[in-house]
Amino acid sequence: MTLFFVSAISIATVLLYGCVGEIITEKAGHLNLGIPGIMCMGTAGGCLGVSLYMGGLPTPENASWILLVLISLLFSIVFAAALGGVYALLTVTLRCNQNITGLAITIFGSGATNFIMSFVDRTHFDPAGKVISSALPFADRLGGFGRVVLGHGIFVYLAIAVAIVCAIVLSRTRVGLHLRAVGESPATADAAGINVILYKYVAILWGSAIAGLGGFYYIMDYIKGSWENAATIEAFGWLAIALVIFVLWKPGIGILGAFLFGACYIVAFVIPNITPTQREIIKMLPYVVTIVVLVLTSIRKKREHQPPASLGLSYFREDR
Amino acid sequence: METQPKKQDRVKKEPLIRLVKRDALAKKKVVLIYAIAIVASLVLSALICALFSSKNPLSFFGALFEGAFGSPRRIWLLLQDTALLLGVAVALVPAFKMKFWNLGGNGQILVGGLAAISCMYYLGGKISDALLIPLMIVASILAGAVWGVLPAIFKAFFDTNESLFTLMLNYIATGLVSMFITIWVKSGSGILEPLKYGNFPGLFGSPYLLTILVFFILAALMYVYLRYTKHGYEISVVGDSPNTAKYIGIDVKRVIIRTMIISGALAGVVGLFLAGGIHHTISTASANNMGFTAIMATWLAAFNPLVMMGTCFFIIFISRGMVEVRADFGFTNDSIANIVIGLVYFCVIACSFFITYRVVFRKTGAKTLESDEKKGENAV
Repeated sequence: MTLFFVSAISIATVLLYGCVGEIITEKAGHLNLGIPGIMCMGTAGGCLGVSLYMGGLPTPENASWILLVLISLLFSIVFAAALGGVYALLTVTLRCNQNITGLAITIFGSGATNFIMSFVDRTHFDPAGKVISSALPFADRLGGFGRVVLGHGIFVYLAIAVAIVCAIVLSRTRVGLHLRAVGESPATADAAGINVILYKYVAILWGSAIAGLGGFYYIMDYIKGSWENAATIEAFGWLAIALVIFVLWKPGIGILGAFLFGACYIVAFVIPNITPTQREIIKMLPYVVTIVVLVLTSIRKKREHQPPASLGLSYFREDR
Repeated sequence: METQPKKQDRVKKEPLIRLVKRDALAKKKVVLIYAIAIVASLVLSALICALFSSKNPLSFFGALFEGAFGSPRRIWLLLQDTALLLGVAVALVPAFKMKFWNLGGNGQILVGGLAAISCMYYLGGKISDALLIPLMIVASILAGAVWGVLPAIFKAFFDTNESLFTLMLNYIATGLVSMFITIWVKSGSGILEPLKYGNFPGLFGSPYLLTILVFFILAALMYVYLRYTKHGYEISVVGDSPNTAKYIGIDVKRVIIRTMIISGALAGVVGLFLAGGIHHTISTASANNMGFTAIMATWLAAFNPLVMMGTCFFIIFISRGMVEVRADFGFTNDSIANIVIGLVYFCVIACSFFITYRVVFRKTGAKTLESDEKKGENAV
């Protein structure tokens, strides 16, 4: 049972990063279907950082925890934000179609990630993974509870912190109000003196940076530094986009939603004596649930449960 | 049309750069802009490939053509893949013309294929192929249509977001395929061996010709359907302005549902050909992401089915050519193809900006097309 909770929280963390990143982007009125590719790119960046740092050390086993975390964090954020920057340039400044651009970003991102990872030196990923996922020192002494609540690497707590901060910023601060205004009605926001273009750029860049951490967390913490290809991360990216709808564009609910999705994802692997067929059926659950939520919210038409009003539309000042 | 100066500019001054929406641009110029974007993206790709392999960047182009046209078999495969992608694009185009974001092509292909394979698995050998194949055709079309009409019904009645709905259906379709494979393959290997019954016959001794003919003919029919029929007219009115459609008495709900039945059914037909005509088996990767690639093809062709023949050919040309480039340049994995295709998309998407808008600098006033194009290359 402990194992189930620990694994569910791990998967939830991957999804939570992606989900919070996408929420910020969507609040600015941009449906970023490039998030799966951006999550891959964040992975590539973080792994490159790890490999550069570990490669420079004489004894990789004694890697400093704080330096390793900071360097990989920085690399991951820069790489993910760079690809997010391409999306922002194309959709904000050049006003290209968001769905098309997002799909191209995902194709490019997963390709580039596979390509970069084929050059990255992965010899020290195993010790690096152990260092990054090391738990709080007193977690083991508290038994099952300690392992579930305190037994994770730093990136799990960072994800929860980021989600809470985003929830507060979006609903309680002026910046959040302005951002929501940009997503609901950019023309009104512009008339009120809000710099629409700047808000859109910052939201997309930050959203991408946060999403990128999800992929990196999955590789370094959940599977402890082993690497196959970008397809798994891409699948998590699509699930994260589904999660955004499931939690009704609220990062706070996102924490619970991510845990629920993580549990759905992992439950198929931990139930004993299950046929492969039943396992496949359970694995479809998160997607079915998302569709049900999508349909229910559209039937109820409650105002605060709707996507941002100008989601997916480019803003051109002279169109007014 | 004048842009108002930014709020911060207290001094009365025109902004340095401003954008003006163009009126319709001459077709020749549009083609020229696209051509420049494509050439620029390929040159960029050649340089990147050369950078990571210390080969002559010029040999990139040779390898690209060698990979696509190097032998008769390669040419046949090029045409067959083009036809399949064209089939998906033909399926998606009525939906997109209606501004219905059908991102579920992959799922619709998979359920179509799954329906055909189910017929082959359960009935193959028990009834003759002459009876089995029509049954497969009906099953695939029905399965694809159901997968297409589900999001359409909810879109029509509750305005449920269709792009997210169809995206989720892709994963459910993938899940169904894995589920049926666990039922059919008792060994647990997860790979369904090719089935012997219900395979499509060759045409004039060629295994490729039937697929190619069917989808090119379907593309031509779709052109006629969209351009010359009442249905096609209704689709474009609903796409351009649902309110106008209501006002002139078009039943918008009916058009959405009817169009998505057609869209899903046609995608199912592609699944049918993949299952019965080409692979004779199915896996979760059978759709080969064509549902997404075809979106690019339809969009690049400005939703014109005849132009789509060209855009599909171009996309397949790049991806098949890249197989040879990869071998020649000694890349260890096939991801380089995705990078190049991604770059081509970026450049082409970016150049759509220069077709819709004109960049005006302060004081220089009127602009010529030439300088716009230069700007296009810079942005790339």
